[in-house]
Amino acid sequence: MNARTTAPGAPTTPGSTPGAVAGISIALAGSGGSGVMTAGTLLLEAAAKAGLYGLMVRTSGPQIRGGEAAALVRLARVPVATLDDRFDVLLAIDWQNVNRFADEIPLDAASMLIGDPDEGETPDVFKATGASFVARPLKKMAKAIPGSWTNMVALGMAGALAGLPAAALEAALRASWKRTDEALKANLAALRAGMDAAAGIDGVPTLPPGRAPDGRRWLISGNEAAGYGAIRGGVRFVAAYPITPATELLEWMAPALAKVGGALLQAEDELASVNMIICASYGGVPSLTATAGPGLALMTEGIGLACSAEVPIVVVDVMRGGPSTGIPAKSEQSDLSFAVSGLHGDAPRLVLAPTSIADCLATTQWAVQLAEALQAPAIVLSDQFMGQSRAIIDRPAEVDFVGRRLTATANAADYKRYRNTESGVSPMAIPGTPGVVYTADGLEHTEAGIPSSQPKDHRTQLDKRERKLLHYDYGRFWADVEGGGAAAVITFGSSTAAVREALARVARMGIEVRLIALRLLAPVQPEKLAAALESVERVLVVEQNHGAQLYRYLRAMYDLPGRPATFHRPGPLPLRPGELTTAVVDWLGASVREREPA
Amino acid sequence: MSPVPKSGGSAATPPTPNAPGTLDEFMAQAWAMEMEAVQRYSDFADAMETHNNLEVAAMFRTMAQYEGKHAVQILEEMGWTEPPRLPEANFAWPGFEAPETASFDDVHYLMQPWHALQLALAAEERAERFFGEIVRVATVESVRSAARELQAEEREHVALVKAWIEKVVKPDPDWANDPDPARYTD
Amino acid sequence: MNDIAPPAALTAANYKSAYKPIWCPGCGDFSVLSSVTKALAKVQVPPHEVVVVSGIGCSSRIPAYTSCYGFHGVHGRALAAGTGLKVARPELTVIVAGGDGDGYSIGGNHFLHACRRNVDLTYIVMDNHVYGMTKGQASPTTEPDWDNKLSPGGTGIRSFHPLVIALASGANFVARAFAGDPNGTAEIIAAGIRRPGFSFIEILSPCITFRPEQREWKQYAHPAPVGPTDDPARAARRIMTDDGFNIGILYAGDRKPYPTQAAEHPASPAELETEFEL
Repeated sequence: MNARTTAPGAPTTPGSTPGAVAGISIALAGSGGSGVMTAGTLLLEAAAKAGLYGLMVRTSGPQIRGGEAAALVRLARVPVATLDDRFDVLLAIDWQNVNRFADEIPLDAASMLIGDPDEGETPDVFKATGASFVARPLKKMAKAIPGSWTNMVALGMAGALAGLPAAALEAALRASWKRTDEALKANLAALRAGMDAAAGIDGVPTLPPGRAPDGRRWLISGNEAAGYGAIRGGVRFVAAYPITPATELLEWMAPALAKVGGALLQAEDELASVNMIICASYGGVPSLTATAGPGLALMTEGIGLACSAEVPIVVVDVMRGGPSTGIPAKSEQSDLSFAVSGLHGDAPRLVLAPTSIADCLATTQWAVQLAEALQAPAIVLSDQFMGQSRAIIDRPAEVDFVGRRLTATANAADYKRYRNTESGVSPMAIPGTPGVVYTADGLEHTEAGIPSSQPKDHRTQLDKRERKLLHYDYGRFWADVEGGGAAAVITFGSSTAAVREALARVARMGIEVRLIALRLLAPVQPEKLAAALESVERVLVVEQNHGAQLYRYLRAMYDLPGRPATFHRPGPLPLRPGELTTAVVDWLGASVREREPA
Repeated sequence: MSPVPKSGGSAATPPTPNAPGTLDEFMAQAWAMEMEAVQRYSDFADAMETHNNLEVAAMFRTMAQYEGKHAVQILEEMGWTEPPRLPEANFAWPGFEAPETASFDDVHYLMQPWHALQLALAAEERAERFFGEIVRVATVESVRSAARELQAEEREHVALVKAWIEKVVKPDPDWANDPDPARYTD
Repeated sequence: MNDIAPPAALTAANYKSAYKPIWCPGCGDFSVLSSVTKALAKVQVPPHEVVVVSGIGCSSRIPAYTSCYGFHGVHGRALAAGTGLKVARPELTVIVAGGDGDGYSIGGNHFLHACRRNVDLTYIVMDNHVYGMTKGQASPTTEPDWDNKLSPGGTGIRSFHPLVIALASGANFVARAFAGDPNGTAEIIAAGIRRPGFSFIEILSPCITFRPEQREWKQYAHPAPVGPTDDPARAARRIMTDDGFNIGILYAGDRKPYPTQAAEHPASPAELETEFEL
């Protein structure tokens, strides 16, 4: 079905970096109604059926529908959580405004542009990369098959170029098909036409066939993973106000919660949603909301209330370009400073950050467990890249993070809601329980919960709220610490995957660099970080924001060896393994000859 | 601030009270009246204590105790071992509340014993008038005679309070003057 | 509590806590507290199954003065809090309380949507036409010509008409009460609690410290000439000729309350995974 001129299993093309993950990166682009997102999703699904892993990132213009869009797909035989440095193929159904994606679709002389000769000139910005050009009349091909769509032709072509078996592509199309059988037939034909159109095209890396899936695999987005993680952790109430790029998390949770006996309530604004979840939690039900930077800003007073009244809540912040309205549909890691310190008063809170799409599940679940155990607010810093991208992952192992709140027993003698216990956690009376009635308060209070302006009470409660977070044993999940060596890179969130690939390349050059991907950002873990930095002489802090927020935070809160260095870049473009490899090599001052992969 | 607490009650013409149909009903209503007064004087005492006006707080506590005694007297007279069950619907008092209940806004944190007694005097006078009305409109003899007794008792209370007033110091015209402005606490 | 004999009926005293209110003597809120306790005694729901949710202001201090569970949240968000609580724990009786500033100014948006949403709550606003806790600024219900420090000469802005807004936004029960009539107010509150859906009760509660002239309200407040209607159009016509002192239930409808029933046979979380599985 697909004629290949390169032998299967051949090494990657000369254009890729030594030590890079063997894979293929294909961008599908087009304007109004061309359906590239659908095609990209199906390409990913077909790859999954073929036993491969992959990642799909979407990008588009500001129009609600029909504007320019591109599906950025990376396929590989191992799980990938970051885009590569470049794309092997940019297949454009048409070129209208596709040039706006030029920065997101890096091409070079080894790349291939595929375009429809009837759909306009290839933009100069792409031509200038030196990529080769192949013309295929995709639209005419689709027109020749009545009832079929151009994006199916493009899908067939892209899939064949990637070396996906026809059966996998067809199966993906059938599985997703929601329209008539006739239309399905036509589009299967279009798919085949596209595959045939790939024949004779050289120079695209092939992907060796994937392993037959031995474990269960999932196709999931970060937003969905976070939502499911929350439910696994015990969340049964969500208040929702839509905001890009968190809306899908909330929308996923609406039917999911109903299925498991919970409830989702749409709020009128974020001021309402945070207060709804606080009081629902006060009522005994683990609760969560999801938002982005602007919504988190509105929620801060509420988060402070949760802190002071010691009511557990989880707020997922799917970070996007900031500040203010910023760049809603693009990713950035620039809410960190706000999350760790953006409350008035001395208000300790939990801040966590998943390190990948798959990790959104476990980290959100952990956040629920911690919030419940510590009766405190937890902010989960996800981001648009993880939230809205879709990846093929191995089914995540189950983790025993389930929210267990310390509650007061009925008629307990001398019950004091905010009793100054050794651990700092005091039993919480749940409404409906007799004999332990109290009033929760944002006002500073005595141990019994009576409002107080006395110095002793303020000091006691401040100490209590801090102590309960500091004295908790967070175990090993606080960070991923990988590798050894005298140099370490510290990062968090979605940058982790790019750093990891970069350090793998650096390792191929014979240099070992440790990776510390922080998952628990607040409260700080001085002992654990010191242990992780054992025998490390220098650190580089990597992050995707303009203000070097993690770097400054670590320098303020931790003792770091030597002179810590920073690599930081704001969004909207994701950090890429290549630029990080260069940054690490430069930082180490090493000059290393590139070697062929072993 | 108005210098003298006004007596409470609605300015609307008080409706003629529906005369209770049975002695039990009437005495239950009288008992409820006393209990409401107990509650009101207790609340006043609490509020005065919170504002460090201990002398007046003590007076209101005393008044609450007196009203409580009157309520117990009613139980004893009727041979009731436990409080009577009150009807679901509210009583039709001449004003919004029972006649012997001082109006919630007749207090001031700087009020003096003389003011408290004026308040009590007005309450007792209203109670006397109320029973007088029952005497006038009652259709059942036992109710009328009970009302007459209670009216006589209220008259005694009025006299007692008046005597008490003579003994306390009359407030200065600027009794309500507080040089400190209000505070912001929340 | 003796668990052999049947529990004695709860009285209003059972719903009062030992904490003495810090309100100024003469404040209408004392009466409202009394009315709330009397209303709960009429309804006979155990205090530990009632939650009083409030915001910030003098009136919002009320939860701790009851023996019910209380949630003293932040300014203006009590309705949101009470809504979340009731949807998560539908079996509880939830009373939301606060003042006119907390409820109609910063809380205005939540007020509109609470009326629309019709969650089974009872919302009590102690309206004294002023911001008391912050020493006497105009509130949304203050008369436009009331002179005060923050807006000398008065705000010049038309006052907010809460009953009109509640009715227009779909509240299922709309009433006005007066602190000077605690027994009547208790009846209205009890009726509101009993009625499924969002019950809104605006209680004129004079502020003796910043609005001493409100002592006159006793003269103006009067029982409404007609009983409640279940016809929103009729209620709308009545409220348009309202003098602001009609006491009683204006509207009592039959809108179905916001549904809060959980799934009968909840699935286990693991069943959600089929959606992701390849």
